[in-house]
Amino acid sequence: MDLFHNLAIGFATAAQPANLLYAFFGCLLGTLIGVLPGLGPLATIAMLLPITYALPPDAALIMLAGIYYGAQYGGSTTAIVVNLPGESSSVVTTIDGYQMAKQGRAGVALSTAAIGSFFAGCVATLALAALAGPLTATALLFGPKEFFALMILGLILASVLSSGPFIEGIGMVVLGMLLSLVGTDLNSGSQRFAFGVPQLFDGLDFVPLAMGIFGFAEIVKNLEQDDKLSLVTQKITNLFPTRDDFRRMLPAMLRGTALGTLLGVLPGGGAVLSSFASYTLEKKLSRHPEQFGKGAIEGVAGPESANNAGAQTSFIPLLTLGVPSNVVMALMVGAMNIHNIHPGPEVMTKNPTLFWGLIVSMWVGNLMLLILNLPLVGLWVKLLTIPYRYLFPAIMVFCSIGVYSINSGTFEVYEAALFCVFGYVLIKLQLPAAPLLLGLVLGPAIEENFRRAMVLSRGDVTALLTSPLSASLLAAAAIAVLLIMLPTIRARREEALQE
Amino acid sequence: MKGLAIRNQRAFASGVLFLAFAVFFFVAALNYPAGTVARMGPGYFPRLLAIVLAVIGLVVTLGAMKSSAEPQALRRWDFKGLAWVTGSVVLFGALLFPLGLVGALFVLIMVSSRASHEFTWIGALTNAAVLIALCLAVFVYGLGLQLPVWPSLLN
Repeated sequence: MDLFHNLAIGFATAAQPANLLYAFFGCLLGTLIGVLPGLGPLATIAMLLPITYALPPDAALIMLAGIYYGAQYGGSTTAIVVNLPGESSSVVTTIDGYQMAKQGRAGVALSTAAIGSFFAGCVATLALAALAGPLTATALLFGPKEFFALMILGLILASVLSSGPFIEGIGMVVLGMLLSLVGTDLNSGSQRFAFGVPQLFDGLDFVPLAMGIFGFAEIVKNLEQDDKLSLVTQKITNLFPTRDDFRRMLPAMLRGTALGTLLGVLPGGGAVLSSFASYTLEKKLSRHPEQFGKGAIEGVAGPESANNAGAQTSFIPLLTLGVPSNVVMALMVGAMNIHNIHPGPEVMTKNPTLFWGLIVSMWVGNLMLLILNLPLVGLWVKLLTIPYRYLFPAIMVFCSIGVYSINSGTFEVYEAALFCVFGYVLIKLQLPAAPLLLGLVLGPAIEENFRRAMVLSRGDVTALLTSPLSASLLAAAAIAVLLIMLPTIRARREEALQE
Repeated sequence: MKGLAIRNQRAFASGVLFLAFAVFFFVAALNYPAGTVARMGPGYFPRLLAIVLAVIGLVVTLGAMKSSAEPQALRRWDFKGLAWVTGSVVLFGALLFPLGLVGALFVLIMVSSRASHEFTWIGALTNAAVLIALCLAVFVYGLGLQLPVWPSLLN
């Protein structure tokens, strides 16, 4: 079996003591930072990125993946214990998780989340391993037209799924693409929008931009609201779900995993969409819908499994097609580029040990988190008692050093400061930043593929619609746009995406 | 001009922001040759995107003035907090080479701490001492990142 052979290659890489150690540190640090309220996976990865600079590429990626899952786990802990989503994918966990905590069942809620996530992680890793081969083979058939259409579809779906009016999401995508054009045009070698600033010749760096918007600007926002945390103070004692709990959470976990695995693969999908969809599904299917919002264990088990499965399978489009499906994946592209890895169909064929090592270490990371999180839960909860006034300067310090060490230059530091102001404007105008970053990451590839497609078709734009594959991808994008214009769906979307 | 009131200030400002960026990029892109569809120059794609953004900006701006638009005021801005946070990052960048990491971090932590309503000198100083020690241990000695640690005059 090819699959097992590949997984064996992966195990050989992931099980090296050094890589196990990096996976462990990644999970530990990710949880540590992710548990802090107001710091989602994106900010966590951005903050911890400099730690991986000095590592060899495979170790760095393994550690980054660990950080990502750790941040996800940490976010759930915060959601359950203090009713504050550490990140958007655990928003729904706050609903029933916090209620369970108030009823003295915080331990059960936490272990439900951990078990659900672990189970989902195992399934999603297998799905990733099984789908990677065929998808990569498909990707190799893609020409410029198809890639162009695929990326357009991804960006449209990402704006459909972001909060706020759809048209503003699209506007942010286009603005992000325009910002991505700053720097040297690869085809002609001429400088665009650089205005003679040599540091801009290589383009706007993704990391300072992300840190300015998601690190610094978020801090300014958090400082405005000085609401006190409603920490559940009683000691977390009983971690073990009862037999009845198990009976109720098992089907929810299975459904959540299936849903998350599917939705994660969609461009624009991922952890957030999966968790919302799973919560809605559980509430619909439950024989006791009235218990939802009052501490129903299904409301924790389903979404937590779904968001982990979605987080994991969202690596599929990135690793096989080179298309990041959400912002975290976009940041992963940035991180990979620093290590000179350019995600796409070539990674698997040119660098199989890295590719399969990464996939297997995702599973290893999930296992570590299960072992790590439950015994250490008391420690994580203690972290939450650190007042924000000590926390945010620490975040600023890590971000500033991280931004500086991208190129060992202060230009990136100023860039981050500028985007802090810009990010604050976006927050005040309630414009979503995630589509901007996706546009920024995909912009150059979209232009490149568009140009190539037009050269091949001798300037015939209709060629995009005569290839069946690109035509159907574009049709899917058009249908998504039309659907969102329908008043009933629009209203339901607003309801679902409301935080 | 009755009936053309700005009902949704938030959306109106967002639309104007889009329009401003669109105009900026379009005008700047006029300096680069556009070429033809079959042989696009460096100016083609930016112009195309700028036009799309301008259309979106117009739709958003006009939508904010429709009589059916949902009234929404602009949120209050906290310029002080923004200034402390942004200023501290700029200072970090400016002082890193002359003062070295220890000095620049000290300034960064002290200045940014002022952004909090609960600022105390003792708290901020303690925090600075702990964080600087942590950074030296992790980044300089642990990871070996190339950072100027002490003021350049001492080297």
